[in-house]
Amino acid sequence: MASEALTGGFANAPHAAAIAFRGAMRAMAMPGVIEHIEGAAGPAPLSPAASALLLTLCDPETPIYLAGIHDTAAVRDWITFHTGAPLTDRARAMFALGTWDALAPHDAYAIGTSEYPDRAATLIVEMPALTAEGARLTGPGIEKEAALNLPDIPFCQANAALYPLGVDLFLTHGNAVAALPRSTKVR
Amino acid sequence: MNSYNFAYLDEQTKRMIRRAILKGLAVPGYQVPFASREMPMPYGWGTGGVQVSAAIMTPADRFKVIDQGSDDTTNAVSIRRFFERTAGVEVTETTTEATVIQTRHRIPEMPLTSGQILVYQVPIPEPLRFLEPSEVETRKMHSLEEYGLMHVKLYEDISQHGAIATAYAYPVKVEGRYVMDPSPIPKFDNPKLESPAIQLFGAGREQRIYALPPHTRVVSLDFEDFPFEANKADAACELCAADTSYLDEVIMDDAGHRMFVCSDTDFCASRRAAGHAGIQEAAI
Ligand SMILES: [Zn+2]
Repeated sequence: MASEALTGGFANAPHAAAIAFRGAMRAMAMPGVIEHIEGAAGPAPLSPAASALLLTLCDPETPIYLAGIHDTAAVRDWITFHTGAPLTDRARAMFALGTWDALAPHDAYAIGTSEYPDRAATLIVEMPALTAEGARLTGPGIEKEAALNLPDIPFCQANAALYPLGVDLFLTHGNAVAALPRSTKVR
Repeated sequence: MNSYNFAYLDEQTKRMIRRAILKGLAVPGYQVPFASREMPMPYGWGTGGVQVSAAIMTPADRFKVIDQGSDDTTNAVSIRRFFERTAGVEVTETTTEATVIQTRHRIPEMPLTSGQILVYQVPIPEPLRFLEPSEVETRKMHSLEEYGLMHVKLYEDISQHGAIATAYAYPVKVEGRYVMDPSPIPKFDNPKLESPAIQLFGAGREQRIYALPPHTRVVSLDFEDFPFEANKADAACELCAADTSYLDEVIMDDAGHRMFVCSDTDFCASRRAAGHAGIQEAAI
């Protein structure tokens, strides 16, 4: 295991994870709102925001799928050392991490069952940018309307049509994170 | 170093609860199962709410606890002290100053604002439980949106009492999909469930977490001929003269004299501090 795997964790894990989770929770509760979460730095190409999400939410109970350029020995070692999460394939993943294109096929992830819609995957999508413009969002967490540069509007519309099933997205870029839960309607 | 984990719970437990909260927010009104932990307080003391508060608390929070509207019951005081001690957070009794409010059976009178988080202690999270004791069956009913029996029960209430008699834990429908138990708040509080705040519900014994993101549509179940009514005692608070707040009738003395006062003690105190006086105050 390279020494890179041992660094980049939270300095004070309980405090840092609590603060990062608050940002992640606000993002999921208010789709389109861009939060900034800090304190974690996994090996490239992991963004600080995606690093912090992994440290905050993942552990031996949460199989992770790494897609494309995120599936490197350095990233795998870092995740194993800091979270203990097992790596898996798309269908079994509770969390998946990668760029949007690398995560394809996007319908390969768990969408929950009608009795347990919570048993659905969360996709952490590394974005080239994150801005409050583009697709128009409405639904729970949004007073009137929000805007966000989604990676794939047709997919997000189809995902919302599965409600209450569907995957939930975190979108990350640098320290920034936004979310698109399945409950959000997209135009 | 203190001898506690930050906010008492270990990190793995908090992660598990945090994941459940995120799924709850993604599917508003749906009850997410979680593995409830033993807490250093009895179940009746809101261990579900305490676990949710522990999972979301940050060192910078200002924490308020209300028990049926009051900040100073034994239950409220001990939960407040618990987080003061284990998370080092500031505490407050002022609704507008609080970032996280844990509540048993009330929503504060003061409108909540964006950025605030309201955590409910929930005894029985399943709104269909009184119709159907089996968890397997109620889960199926939610999955199929089989809420007809619920409506029949409410309608029976009306035919027997001339109005819907359910005064607490009055069921709501969330975003047109899930029927949800808002915890035993008075139905007077139901309209406040549509809020700019994030609302999280924790049931410890029943091991369920559910959530309402800000501005989620929450509709109290009713009928065209018997619309929902958020009623309260037809009186004004005898301490602060408020006539729009939810009132408790309290016994004053051994002779059995009673008076109406705001159930929300912070709301009442801040009105009195601002110079409002009810008939009792005026008499003094
Ligand atoms: Zn009053």
